[in-house]
Amino acid sequence: MFNSQFKKWLLIGLPIVSIMVFYFGCQQSKDAVSGDVASQVYVAPGSYDEFYLFTSGGFNGQMGVYGLPSGRLFKNISVFSQNPETGYGYSEDTKAMLMTSYGFIPWDDAHHPELSMTDGVPDGRFIFINGNNTPRVAKIDLKTFETTEIIEIPNSAGNHASPFVTENTEYIVASTRFSVPIPNADVPISTYKENFKGTISFISLDPKSEKMNLAFQIIVPGFNYDLAHAGKGPSRDWAFFTSYNTEQANTLLEINASRNDKDFVAAVNWKLAEKYVKEGKAKKMSAEYYHNYYDEKKHFAFSDVKKEVLVLDPKDCPGMIYYLPTPKSPHGVDVDPTGEYIVAGGKLATVIPVHSFSKMIKAIEEKQFDGEIDGIPILKYDAVVAGEVQNPGLGPLHTEFDGKGYAYTSCFVSSEIVKWKLGTWEVVDRIPVYYSIGHLNIPGGDSKKPWGKYVIALNKITKDRYLPTGPELTQSAQLIDISGEKMKLLLDFPTIGEPHYAQSIAADVIMKNSQKFYKIEENQHPYKTNGEKDARVERKGNDVHVYMTAIRSHFAPDNIEGIKVGDNVYFHVTNLEQDWDIPHGFTVKGLNNAEILIMPGQTKTILWKPAKPGVYPFYCTDFCSALHQEMQGYVRVSPANSNVELTYYTGSPQKK
Amino acid sequence: MKNILSKLAGLIVFAIVLLSISACGGDEQKAADFSKTKSIANDPNAGLSQFELENGIGPVKQKLELGPIDPKLVKKGEEIFNTKCIACHQLDERYVGPAQRDVIKRRTPEFIMNMMLNPIEMQEKHPVVKKLLAEYMTQMTNQNLSFDDARAILEYFREVGK
Repeated sequence: MFNSQFKKWLLIGLPIVSIMVFYFGCQQSKDAVSGDVASQVYVAPGSYDEFYLFTSGGFNGQMGVYGLPSGRLFKNISVFSQNPETGYGYSEDTKAMLMTSYGFIPWDDAHHPELSMTDGVPDGRFIFINGNNTPRVAKIDLKTFETTEIIEIPNSAGNHASPFVTENTEYIVASTRFSVPIPNADVPISTYKENFKGTISFISLDPKSEKMNLAFQIIVPGFNYDLAHAGKGPSRDWAFFTSYNTEQANTLLEINASRNDKDFVAAVNWKLAEKYVKEGKAKKMSAEYYHNYYDEKKHFAFSDVKKEVLVLDPKDCPGMIYYLPTPKSPHGVDVDPTGEYIVAGGKLATVIPVHSFSKMIKAIEEKQFDGEIDGIPILKYDAVVAGEVQNPGLGPLHTEFDGKGYAYTSCFVSSEIVKWKLGTWEVVDRIPVYYSIGHLNIPGGDSKKPWGKYVIALNKITKDRYLPTGPELTQSAQLIDISGEKMKLLLDFPTIGEPHYAQSIAADVIMKNSQKFYKIEENQHPYKTNGEKDARVERKGNDVHVYMTAIRSHFAPDNIEGIKVGDNVYFHVTNLEQDWDIPHGFTVKGLNNAEILIMPGQTKTILWKPAKPGVYPFYCTDFCSALHQEMQGYVRVSPANSNVELTYYTGSPQKK
Repeated sequence: MKNILSKLAGLIVFAIVLLSISACGGDEQKAADFSKTKSIANDPNAGLSQFELENGIGPVKQKLELGPIDPKLVKKGEEIFNTKCIACHQLDERYVGPAQRDVIKRRTPEFIMNMMLNPIEMQEKHPVVKKLLAEYMTQMTNQNLSFDDARAILEYFREVGK
């Protein structure tokens, strides 16, 4: 009796329990999404997204390109990391991009994407991103979505407050999260207060050549400089940097750098700094650093090694830099679209302090100082603060703006976004995010003219939000509609690498300039093959140069003999196609390097050092046509002392 | 019986799928295209005008005035041909595509121009080119030539085909 009732219970009860477990047990954070949100993020097959979203790859050293509102991933741009898919950082023509004064460094920690601006509005020409670990700033050309320039920052460590741009991209900033001896020196770490300094660097972008140049650095006290944003409109001549660890601790910063009630926002008048440089107030300091650039006509990267840098000392430059006291270990510093309000996210503070630019100028004029540090006047907090947002949430980090008078601040500890009103500082709405939001982004939300519409939460932790993939889980973004009074969650989508920050921009600004292929007649690669007639193999001692062409669906030459063990075989492959979306890939068996993916009209070079005699097939790795499987060839490798003559052909041995 | 039932069920599912496809496919543009394709299938000229049959489909829509052969243009055409075309076309022998020395004798100058400038549509729609594709198996790639580039290559063909 008991047994059969138990069975009945099992039969009826188990499915119910399992359904309940399925719905409620496995996932703590399943939130009710209200209304017809699916139609708001659905981009029909064959249709385009409204916005591009660029996310930092964090520790993968790349940058992700997504569409909004769909959250679809389009591309991972190789920046500070080698990419075996394209050969970036492996091929002879791109290796120079990853050169530094510490040698070849195939990785970095890529933090903050920043779009170039004209008149304070993203113009879609370039996007910059900083390398935090071995201080670097990269420029990506948004015609090709390829990294075309990387400049190393000397006298720096932990290039975190970077690469934010001034109103017309006159400068891209960089700074030291980790203060270090400058110039670097072998000193006891305990001499931090005496020997360690920070620097704030200004990289200029030449309006004509569009090349970066480290214009000058400012030596600053040894705090941790964390984030930055340039002013706009009335504050356009200024740039603002948060600092923490004003305690100048060099161990257990978790406790020791959290003692002071207030740290500082550094306000730098870059226009005045520029004037001081012109007047010769900067000192030349010797410092080795690399400037790498990819010549888009030569399809080849080059490195210039620089030997000195101009350095300004605030003691010699009155009026150039001020400290604004700011509670407490502030992270983000964000300037509203009008250029008047400077919002700091004090991650340990209970309020969000908002400074006023006009009050700051008045306080400077009236010399409302509260002492100075190393020649940098400290302004009185009450003389510069415009207001405080009370009870915003725990751990406010970063703020962006919708252009309609509201600000949106991410709160890391309480995992939420708070919406508050500029001027009245009242919190008007809040929405939970899953989980532990770092930065957030609104299309154009750090510019003079935000597109508004969405806020994207960039979450550090996903836990139970997605199907599990073992101990390592995806990172995540959440798309939230901000077009109405209340924020509305629309979509979760995974992002690759850690999303430290993101930028988004109306798609039409960029897509109209997107390049479809490289014109073959403009290709000036030093090892280009001018059509199949020129395809050939040349031996120079142990170096063998294969001038190869690729077109649907064959390589020329496709049979090569006379290669010897010990040779350095350079495959210079020119893609002769002149049509959109027809790359060819190239690899050869045993190639202890990467493949190369050659865009139409482009040439790429990969080095192969065959170690054993034999016959080695090579083939096209990117499906190109109905006869893609036929796109192949052979290289014969003979012993080092063999007499096999160097021959090559396509079609028949008589024809070269 | 079971067999019949399952077949019936299959038919019903098929009908539902069909219904749902027609119910969802409210795209008038596509419907119009479909009817166009149908009429082409019944037309011996494949829906092409007499001019298009003789001179191809593309930017060249009327006869060209060519004049005497211009040696400068021949030189330019040869250079472009050797960079962008020779990977698939030789002058005197079949390669990936047909030999080109006597192309000027096989086709009108306008046909050659349209084939160079609009290869994808030519391969999709022109009956002569469709036959070529069936014979050579490899699609002719679009090399994105400018009108002037194609004109120069035509001059080269006029010279070598003399």
